[in-house]
Amino acid sequence: MEILDILLTVNFWSASIRIATPLIFGVLGALLCERAGVLNLGIEGIFTAGAMAGWMAVWAGAGLWQGVAVAALAGAVFGLLHALLTVPLGLSQHVSGIGVTLLATSLSYFVYRTALPDVTSPPRIEPFRALDLPLLSDLPFVGPVLFQQTALTLLAFACAGILAWILYRTPLGLALRAVGDNPSAVEAQGLSVYALRIGAVTAGSALMALGGAFLTMSAFDAFFFGMVNGRGWICIALTVFASWRPGKALLGALLFGAFDAFQVRLQTEVGAVVPSQVFLMLPYLLSIAALVIVARRADYPRSLLQPWFRGQR
Amino acid sequence: MTVSEAPGAVVLELAGIDKRFGALHANAHIDLSLREGEVLALLGENGAGKTTLMNILFGHYVADGGEVRVAGAQGLEPLPGGSPAAALAAGIGMVHQHFTLAENLSGFENIVLGTEPVLRLWRRAAQARERVEQTMAESGLAVDLDAPVERLSVGEKQRVEILKALYRRVRVLVLDEPTAVLTPQEAEGLFAVLRRLTSRGLAVIFISHKLNEVLAISGRIAVLRAGRKVGEVAAREADRRLLAELMVGREVPAGTRAEQASGAPVLQLSSVDAGTDTSRALREATLAVHAGEIVGVAGVSGNGQAALAALVAGLEAPAAGEMRLFGEPVRRHSPRAFVARAIARIPEDRHRDGIVGSMSVAENLVIEDVRHRDYQRAGFLRFGAVRRRAEAAIRDYDVRCPGPDAPARLLSGGNMQKLILARVLARGPRLILANQPSRGLDVGAQADVHRRLLAARAAGAAVLLISEDLDELLQLSDRVLVMHRGRVTDAGPTAQLDRARVGLLMAGHGDAAPG
Amino acid sequence: MIALEPRQRLAWHQPLLASAGAGVAALLLVAIPIASAGVPLGEAYRLMAAGAFGSVFALSETLTRATPLMLTGLAAAVAFRAKLWNIGGEGQLYAGALAAVAVGSGALAGPAPLLVALVLLAGALAGALVMLGPAWLKMRFGADEVVTTLLLNFVIILFVQMMLEGPLQDPMGLGWPQSPPIVDEAALPPLLARTRLHAGLYVALAAALAVWVLLNRTVLGFEMRAVGENQAAARFAGIAITRTMLVTALISGALAGLAGVGEVAGLKGYLTADLSPGFGYAGIVVAMLAGLSPLGVVVAAVFIAGVFVGADSMSRATGVSNYLADLVVATALLCVLIGGFLTRFRVRLAARAGG
Repeated sequence: MEILDILLTVNFWSASIRIATPLIFGVLGALLCERAGVLNLGIEGIFTAGAMAGWMAVWAGAGLWQGVAVAALAGAVFGLLHALLTVPLGLSQHVSGIGVTLLATSLSYFVYRTALPDVTSPPRIEPFRALDLPLLSDLPFVGPVLFQQTALTLLAFACAGILAWILYRTPLGLALRAVGDNPSAVEAQGLSVYALRIGAVTAGSALMALGGAFLTMSAFDAFFFGMVNGRGWICIALTVFASWRPGKALLGALLFGAFDAFQVRLQTEVGAVVPSQVFLMLPYLLSIAALVIVARRADYPRSLLQPWFRGQR
Repeated sequence: MTVSEAPGAVVLELAGIDKRFGALHANAHIDLSLREGEVLALLGENGAGKTTLMNILFGHYVADGGEVRVAGAQGLEPLPGGSPAAALAAGIGMVHQHFTLAENLSGFENIVLGTEPVLRLWRRAAQARERVEQTMAESGLAVDLDAPVERLSVGEKQRVEILKALYRRVRVLVLDEPTAVLTPQEAEGLFAVLRRLTSRGLAVIFISHKLNEVLAISGRIAVLRAGRKVGEVAAREADRRLLAELMVGREVPAGTRAEQASGAPVLQLSSVDAGTDTSRALREATLAVHAGEIVGVAGVSGNGQAALAALVAGLEAPAAGEMRLFGEPVRRHSPRAFVARAIARIPEDRHRDGIVGSMSVAENLVIEDVRHRDYQRAGFLRFGAVRRRAEAAIRDYDVRCPGPDAPARLLSGGNMQKLILARVLARGPRLILANQPSRGLDVGAQADVHRRLLAARAAGAAVLLISEDLDELLQLSDRVLVMHRGRVTDAGPTAQLDRARVGLLMAGHGDAAPG
Repeated sequence: MIALEPRQRLAWHQPLLASAGAGVAALLLVAIPIASAGVPLGEAYRLMAAGAFGSVFALSETLTRATPLMLTGLAAAVAFRAKLWNIGGEGQLYAGALAAVAVGSGALAGPAPLLVALVLLAGALAGALVMLGPAWLKMRFGADEVVTTLLLNFVIILFVQMMLEGPLQDPMGLGWPQSPPIVDEAALPPLLARTRLHAGLYVALAAALAVWVLLNRTVLGFEMRAVGENQAAARFAGIAITRTMLVTALISGALAGLAGVGEVAGLKGYLTADLSPGFGYAGIVVAMLAGLSPLGVVVAAVFIAGVFVGADSMSRATGVSNYLADLVVATALLCVLIGGFLTRFRVRLAARAGG
């Protein structure tokens, strides 16, 4: 079977990881927010803002890593907005998140249009190149799959490890896991619920924006309208699938990437008889399926969506 | 054993603490002082301002006026308000009535939470572990440190809460209604721990509304009523009558239970299993409630009462065994079917299950009957009928509210409960499920609830009364059942019962001490 | 120290003030991007106002734009009242539009009133059917409807593209991915000569009235409100939660589906995959601005439509990107959230520090 042969090619696995990279950033970011008890539906817009801001910084002359920093900052700003509305003010996390998505998306488009009023084909930048690490990149199979990716992909993997360390090995992580379960427990131990939640949402949003930056600075080399295309929403579904654990988040994103890479290759095999839209639908349907499978036994952070006010217990 | 008579120096002083919530004067210029090694009881009914005062002390609330002073290097120093962190740093620990534990973490993690610098890159677990175990050994409080808190029993959770404070080497420990969730025997165990701790100099503030306990454990008793401190007495000079008078401030007519013969069985369970959560499920429960009797259900919360209540409310069906209503097996288990069969249901948590806060008083009154043809025609609401029902209910049950159209969330707890009583009792129920019907109410509102239940009994209704308040149960019930780990034991007629026997049954010693 | 006190009672005008204030605040806040684009502010606002409301034609354009927004706004308002987070208005709108062309572009023949009714019915049914999926997944599996409705939006638009390149492609369309035109008997008639205003507006206004009656005058509406405000208490009182949620989902989906019908059968005449510039999402903003009140939706929809039409007009005159309109819409949503907060709480600067 040639279809199964696909699974053995370097090309397929390399593509899987490339597709997974923005999702790894997104799921980790969403996970961090939700672990602290805040659903961040701003993710779709924050992806867009990260993609636009990072790209535009580089286009305007900044270095690639400076562009990454700009993207993270843009994400953090929108995250902070969402955090201020939902944490101290305790407003609806659903509505605020949708609002942040609308705002971040429209502001990104507006800024792009205003800076580049007349362009017809999007200008390009020189994106991140594939790494060439001594020894590692030359390993058979593993080398090209893992170590000939761009630096942002390795950063995504590193973020998963770092986030896992923070959550399970540091006092901060202990406090974050506690605040997502019972904010009053955290307050009674003398820690600030607001600081923890605002910090988590801001940092998580910066991570999400890196997912967007990967799109314009690594996967592609330009910014297009609508390029995020639901990736943020997919991350929200994958976060539930990953039971809010960084390791499983990594795994979930990679599985998703593998499936997506597989369907693209399948499309070239049977594309003549099945309309291309069917394949394009698959990632969304897969996300819904992933959500449905785990929904019943999902161990939601107990205080997710619950506003908490000081002095009201 | 008696408590030593406040030999130590003053460790804590509250001076002129004042706090208002809107129109409610929760604390009016309250002064208190606390010495090393003593137990000071803070006595008062629900709503007297005890918890508010302690929340100010611990920094959950900021007082409108007054000052908290704590012993420091230069004598008594003012404690900055509004910061639990500052209170903890000053050596004040608090065990809240509603536990403040992260249930997804282990007991150990809950204890060390917030004790290390937050930005440190690793946790010093081994070192902390040693200290926690040492604290456990010194205090005599033993818990499984590694199990997630959600799997611990209520008593164990409380021990974790106390360890949280002791681990921080507090000098003042505040306990808010700590015995509400314990059996009488467990409460004795807690008292033994407190005596050991105070003998080493710990100062304890013990909040309660139960006179017996206060007299048993404390050296001094401060009584709060309607936000004011109305008295302070040494425990050895106090007696129950004096304290009761101070606490309530007026004579409250207690409902009296006239002897009457009970009728036909109304609710019967035989070998019923129910509930999904295995630790709180109902197991092989057999019981019967007859017309014209009140059957009380005693037990520490979390021993299957919720599953029993859900069953009788129609929210759940038995997983095994048989449930009969009015002598016939139940075919449809749903709240609507049960309402239609004249079953009145008073929920345990009125805010959660009883009231839709943003809907009006009138709408809340008809919410169970809204599909009845009295209140709708072809799917359209009959506003006139709804309003008439509301006006009658407000008048007959003395529901204090701005009017039938006011949102129900504006009502006080007592008036919310009156609204619920008006809703469920108006249609002449034959079976009443009363789940913690007077919890959180002041004495007057409690008495009102009791009178209504006794009147329903006199009218021939069967009443299943689930309560954590033993006094209430013994006062109202004809018979008492005791629940422990999902099993129901018949303790017999109230006349032949005493608290100790019920307490033993609550702790699961079914065969001990004959009644 | 800032203290927040919940207000005991709301005067009737306070929610109105919050909404109006939010609209004004959003318009004022976009002064920043307008100024940074180098356009004089007074001129920009004048052009916007004139473009939206300055002439009969401008007004007709605004009302034409408001028509689908009223319907998607009602769809969101009904669902949000029952705390059902239907964010899938966009997909349901396309489903309605697809059903309208499937039925109304020659598949059936008949007299105008019958065919129009059939097209409306088909669109409503299609929208309802699309919402049935997420509702069922929520009831049966506990899958969060926010995520499923959002993801379904993408699936449905892809499905529409597939249909427009397949069975529903216009044979006379020179290979463009567009449907055959709606036949005259199935079209919603125009309301005013030389404008694009069509009878869809009457459908939207009637829907608003119907939803108001539903929520405030019927048992079903009573139950929807109870379920939305306190599901536990509603269940305890014997209200059938699943059924109420399901009916709410169907009504919400049907309303969004009707928006799609109006766009193809009243405005465009045929279906393309770029039919809606985000009416589904803007509907959420309309609903929130309206405080989830069905009659308020009408006003809020006209406001948002005015912003879109006015910004388009200003954009043509000054070159400021018309994404400015989306910016106003997004800002208005966040402002109305804050406005709602300010009506519920009294913010007080506590001068006296306690303790």
